[in-house]
Amino acid sequence: MGVSGSRGHCYTWRVMTEYEPVIGLEVHAQIRTRSKMFCGCPADYHDAPPNSHVCPVCLALPGSLPVINREAVRAVIMTGLALRATIAEHTKFDRKNYTYPDLMKGYQISQYDLPICTGGYLEFDLDGQTKRVGITRVHLEEDVAKLFHRIDPATGEPYSLVDVNRSGVPLMEMVGEPDIRSAEEARQYLMKYRAILQFLGVSEGNMEEGNFRCDANVSIRPKGSREYGTKVEVKNMNSFRAVYRALQFELERQARLLDGGKRVAQETRGWVEERGETVSMRSKEHAHDYRYFPEPDLPPLHISRAWVSEIAERTPELPDEKRARYVTHYGLSAYDAAMLTLAPATARFFEGVLEAGGDGRAAAIAKPAANWIITEFGRLLNDTRTQIEESNVKPAHLAELIGLIEQNVIGTAQAKTAFEEMFRSGKTAKAVVDELGLRQITDSGALADSVRQAIAQYPQAVDDFRKGKDAASKFLVGQVMKLTKGKANPTVVAQVVKEQLEALR
Amino acid sequence: MAAPTSDLHYLTVREMADALRARRMSSYELTQAHLLRIERLDPSLGAYLAVTAERALAQARAADERIANGTAGPLTGIPMQLKDNLSTGGVRTTCASRILENYTPAYDATVARRLADAGAVLLGKGNMDEFAMGSSTETSAYKPARNPWDTDRVPGGSSGGPAVAVAAGEAAFSLGSDTGGSIRQPAALCGVVGLKPTYGAVSRYGLIAFASSLDQIGPFTRTVEDAALVMNAIAGYDPNDSTSMPAPAPDFLLGLNDGIRGLRVGIVCEFMGDGIDPDVANATRIAIAELERLGATVRDVSLPHANAALAVYYIIAPTECSANLSRYDGVKFGMSDQDTKGLWPAMESTRRHGFGAEVKRRILLGTYALSSGYYDAYYLKAQQVRTIIRREFAEAFQQVDVLVTPTSPTVAFKLGERISDPVRMHASDVCTVPVNIAGIPGISVPCGFVHGLPVGLQILGPHLSEPTLLRVAHAYEQATGWHRMHPGI
Repeated sequence: MGVSGSRGHCYTWRVMTEYEPVIGLEVHAQIRTRSKMFCGCPADYHDAPPNSHVCPVCLALPGSLPVINREAVRAVIMTGLALRATIAEHTKFDRKNYTYPDLMKGYQISQYDLPICTGGYLEFDLDGQTKRVGITRVHLEEDVAKLFHRIDPATGEPYSLVDVNRSGVPLMEMVGEPDIRSAEEARQYLMKYRAILQFLGVSEGNMEEGNFRCDANVSIRPKGSREYGTKVEVKNMNSFRAVYRALQFELERQARLLDGGKRVAQETRGWVEERGETVSMRSKEHAHDYRYFPEPDLPPLHISRAWVSEIAERTPELPDEKRARYVTHYGLSAYDAAMLTLAPATARFFEGVLEAGGDGRAAAIAKPAANWIITEFGRLLNDTRTQIEESNVKPAHLAELIGLIEQNVIGTAQAKTAFEEMFRSGKTAKAVVDELGLRQITDSGALADSVRQAIAQYPQAVDDFRKGKDAASKFLVGQVMKLTKGKANPTVVAQVVKEQLEALR
Repeated sequence: MAAPTSDLHYLTVREMADALRARRMSSYELTQAHLLRIERLDPSLGAYLAVTAERALAQARAADERIANGTAGPLTGIPMQLKDNLSTGGVRTTCASRILENYTPAYDATVARRLADAGAVLLGKGNMDEFAMGSSTETSAYKPARNPWDTDRVPGGSSGGPAVAVAAGEAAFSLGSDTGGSIRQPAALCGVVGLKPTYGAVSRYGLIAFASSLDQIGPFTRTVEDAALVMNAIAGYDPNDSTSMPAPAPDFLLGLNDGIRGLRVGIVCEFMGDGIDPDVANATRIAIAELERLGATVRDVSLPHANAALAVYYIIAPTECSANLSRYDGVKFGMSDQDTKGLWPAMESTRRHGFGAEVKRRILLGTYALSSGYYDAYYLKAQQVRTIIRREFAEAFQQVDVLVTPTSPTVAFKLGERISDPVRMHASDVCTVPVNIAGIPGISVPCGFVHGLPVGLQILGPHLSEPTLLRVAHAYEQATGWHRMHPGI
């Protein structure tokens, strides 16, 4: 990947060799709580009619007051623990003042100098190495309303609509240290953070739907330099791919400026997907003065150590822990374990297969289960753009199929056919095997005719065998498999071929 | 000055409740009599921004039914008023501002709901300084309120309407809000009882915010006992207000008649000299002598930083108001400039025309104080001094049970006298502001007259000492009888 055109590649190279990128990310994730951050309205606004999840508080009607959602605080603490952050004993909320039609109160309740979490780090693997990026802070705030910009077809006049359903949805902002050194690292880091949030169950982490959003601070400096270059904030990146492309573009843009003897301006730039470039949004002179001050409507929050311990005890298994367990308990390869722990739904499916496989058999079927999920199943899900949890194939179905293979009821080739049908119809493995007649032929008597037929067809093979060429018998096995359309058990076929050839010797 | 009177309109809440329960009159009759009085007096007094006659009569009928079937409480059927910054579902709530001229809340403030549940009858909404910013009710965008003792004079503010309504018998009681003296100062200037409870004792939910860390709702009544009755209905924890105290509210009537023998009273010397009208100081000294006569011991107490409270107030209050008033942009509710093209120009025009001069002044002050580079010098410094003032009060209450001061440095001043001199207007609150800064409760009780105009005695106590304040004020009131004096209108 990278910017198309030879110049792009050239600069990618220059960025890599002469300059060092310095990238820090700020990630906003909506927290999946039942109610909003400061009122009792439902936080889930998917499919809700516009302005139906509203009340005096999230509409900012005069006189309304916020009440802290304890579950949202819990989610941030859990996230902080997963990032090895320090959980504040005393924290508070602050007002961030700015005016925009999507901000109902004219200020956002956020956290300024005493965030819930400070410090910590996030690790991810890249090119076989573990990279660690520091976490500055994780804090809690509220989302804003959604604006829809329209044009009046009658007059051609632009106008905007406000949907307040999103206003007040809990939002967790994670600010990372500028430890990231490439666009690919940024993408990996982001994916790892999303996986953590998903495994914890605190966020859906869907960038396209906007419940997981990322801004980047990007600068470059000559390799070996200790000073930071002028930093540019990049916004409007709505997918992991967009993050990669936008950062790659921005790094190259800055490298070109420096190479041309120009300076990088401190500004905010927006990524324009269609044009594949970042464009200037506002310069530093127009930077906001948010006039933060402590939110007087909310008393400071004390987070007891007992509560933190309780949350730690109830924290679900994290992707890294799962990955390690898959390797040590089930003997999976590091690669397979990593693939299975990219998303919680995949890990859940995998563990579901092991569970359905029966007591004490987990270790035995883990390897084939992983293979199926990563290769065959993964390909079908990808081709049909299906989420694993929405697939027709249930963990028990796959466990059954693996059982059938193990018991030689069905061969590998047939199993793939069976799986495709299971994926299409949602039927069980047994049902599909019976319906399509995919059962393996293991009866040597039943296979004797096919072997005879093959020997008759290829007398040369018999001669070769007599001359001591073992490959001849393998060739005949292949012919029998072809004659039986792959349904024959190759071990049994080999046995019968050998018997018949020996008899002819 | 008028002689004591036993006019129906000047019955106390307690007396009205007794009359209703004894069926000597109905709430309907009582309400109607109040509506007639409002109709007669209010064009010259300006205590009401809206009168909800139809709704009041319907509530009175419902109250009469409750009285008949024996489910009435002490406030059932009592006609009252609410300051116009208290949200009343279905009843226009303007904050005396153009910007909320057409705003009708979709919900009730907690205090409005609690009073409605208690069966109190809402006569209408009380006039006030715009967004409670002012000390004379002259910044009301609609009309000034006038002092019933001398209609050329202001009633004080910002809760001028509630003070006038109660003083002139246009309501049995009213609720106001007090950010820097907005209940106690007009109560003093109009000769009624005004209580600013401990911060957090009464829910602020539905009170249109001016300065969130200072605002507190409290009652205006003609007697101290009535204040206790109203507090019994409105005080107590509200899950909708995170700053409301989780403890259950006490019975404020309990111990009201226990007297003040042995009570330790401190005179705040900073508020008895410079800046205090000598006649007002004198009236205060006479009142203190009365407390001594009733068995209290008196000593001088110094609050060296109390005079800095005004400066602290004029940083913290504008700071909080600058954010609280951001929501009035014409996009969501209230006034909206529909003629100006473009989002930002329309927002600016709405605010330019919707807010009055004093409101704009405070928004600008607050915005400035919070600006990048000024935060430490202003807001942070103000918070530090706030802590010192709080500590000084706490230390004083180690030595004495209550502190006394004049409520207002002067009696009611003339309309127009200070409106163009904001600094002098702000000085009206010098004795009351420190109380909000410290979050403690304070009550103003009538303590005589200077040149025919009422003077108020301010009694202060530590956090949640309302029962003590009420007991002291009640003992003083019963001994002096100032509460039986009413304006001759």
